[in-house]
Amino acid sequence: MRTLAVVTELGRRSVRQTFRRPQLIAPLLIIPTLLLAVQSAGAGRAVDLPGFPPVESFFDFLLAGAMIQSALLAGNSGGIALAIDIEMGFTDRLLAAPIPRFAIVAGRLAGTAAMGAVTAVWFLAIGLAFGVRIEEGLLGALLMIVLVTLAALAFGTLGAALALRSGSASVVQGTFPLVFVILFLSTAFFPADLLLEPAQTIARINPLSFIAEAVRDPVISVFSGRELLEGFAGIVLVGAIGLTLCSMALRRRLRMG
Amino acid sequence: MDATLRHDWETIRALVRRSANELIRVPGAAVPGVLAPTIFFLGLTAVFGNLTHLPGFTTDNYASFMVPVSMLQGAGFTGAAMGVNLARDIEFGLFDRFLASPAPRWVLLTGLVLSAAIRSVIPSTFVFLIALVVGAHFPGPGGLVVTYLCVMGTATIAACWSALIALRFKTQSAAPLMQTVMLAAVLCTTAYAPQALLTGWLATAAEYNPFTQVVEAARQGFVGGISWSGTWPAIVVIAALTALLGWLALRGMRRTAY
Repeated sequence: MRTLAVVTELGRRSVRQTFRRPQLIAPLLIIPTLLLAVQSAGAGRAVDLPGFPPVESFFDFLLAGAMIQSALLAGNSGGIALAIDIEMGFTDRLLAAPIPRFAIVAGRLAGTAAMGAVTAVWFLAIGLAFGVRIEEGLLGALLMIVLVTLAALAFGTLGAALALRSGSASVVQGTFPLVFVILFLSTAFFPADLLLEPAQTIARINPLSFIAEAVRDPVISVFSGRELLEGFAGIVLVGAIGLTLCSMALRRRLRMG
Repeated sequence: MDATLRHDWETIRALVRRSANELIRVPGAAVPGVLAPTIFFLGLTAVFGNLTHLPGFTTDNYASFMVPVSMLQGAGFTGAAMGVNLARDIEFGLFDRFLASPAPRWVLLTGLVLSAAIRSVIPSTFVFLIALVVGAHFPGPGGLVVTYLCVMGTATIAACWSALIALRFKTQSAAPLMQTVMLAAVLCTTAYAPQALLTGWLATAAEYNPFTQVVEAARQGFVGGISWSGTWPAIVVIAALTALLGWLALRGMRRTAY
């Protein structure tokens, strides 16, 4: 119970910290919203391309991409915030406190997951305000929020691992462009069949594509168990890799002092 | 040359040299500014490359269509980075010492802006070379001159805007405001598709966004021939925005001093 209270309190601190620092909150909400607005209208005629899946509008298709982008950026921002804590010595104080070590990382990840949920609600609200109709109704919307929250948690493990390994906010910040590399090499913004090579081949095996398709599924079509399972599998894969790296980095940090 | 003017020019050169020193001493500092527009260029070309199959698209090569946008984006980020550096100087008190020096305000601003304009050549050239490698058309010498004119003009505008924000908020935390506004200015144009193929609000926004003229001028050589009628509107936009934002930044400097 006490560990849960520590994780909750650290998670709450992490969310408050994100809202207080413009450089942490801006990438999560402003950049994906801007790109959603510009890309949906700028490439809106893409739906006329032969082979584009049947959708009401390109905005419907792109909404999931914006949510996943935001989840990825939440993971990156969480990593930056953890690295700042390490740089400022806050993590050292937590390590000296009588709390389990994993709670320090879990608290940060709880905050990242909460930010994932916030961004999912934000984009759902934008989508609904601009005429997106979720085919699967309320259940579909809830499913999207759960998937984006878990995706943020999974991406957060990667950000946390990098922060624990490097202990430097600028190193974690430096991986910001990589977020876009991973995004562009997935089906977050465009159907796989219409991507140019080599992006097309990479997108077919990129776990992010499976996550994006699972989030998109309730918006553009009827429920598909396969898409959902593949999405969860993608999240579990990313999360497992991230947790393993986190554990290794934390052990190394404790060993080195 | 008049002695005062010569002294002002020396000060501007010193500020430009200071900015160049930063690049020489910390070359890694330039990497994010180069990387971001390159990733956007390669990514957007791979993702939206098939848009050229839409009837009415003005070129069959999306890399050619997108490269000037990414070059301008790189220039915008460079200008914004200059604003972040100014905010850092304000935070550390260095800019107060500049303001206390006998150098006129306009000289300090010109030094910053000129540094940004010169530095913008680095990311834009990198993106341009990558674009040639992935098959973008060579715009010809005239087209290239116009493109670089637009690139340096965009960096100038971005530097004036970012200086204005840095002087207003006096903190590096204002960086997202500097960067996002420049990103929006460049993207809310015909960045992704020709005007006739834009949909919704962007069709209207791009029509009235002055940056559309800059994007179109920079793109001329990549998708066809260059013309005076396609170039002069960009020159007017760059001159007008530089004058307006430069005046506002100078006003901000005067207010900072008191």
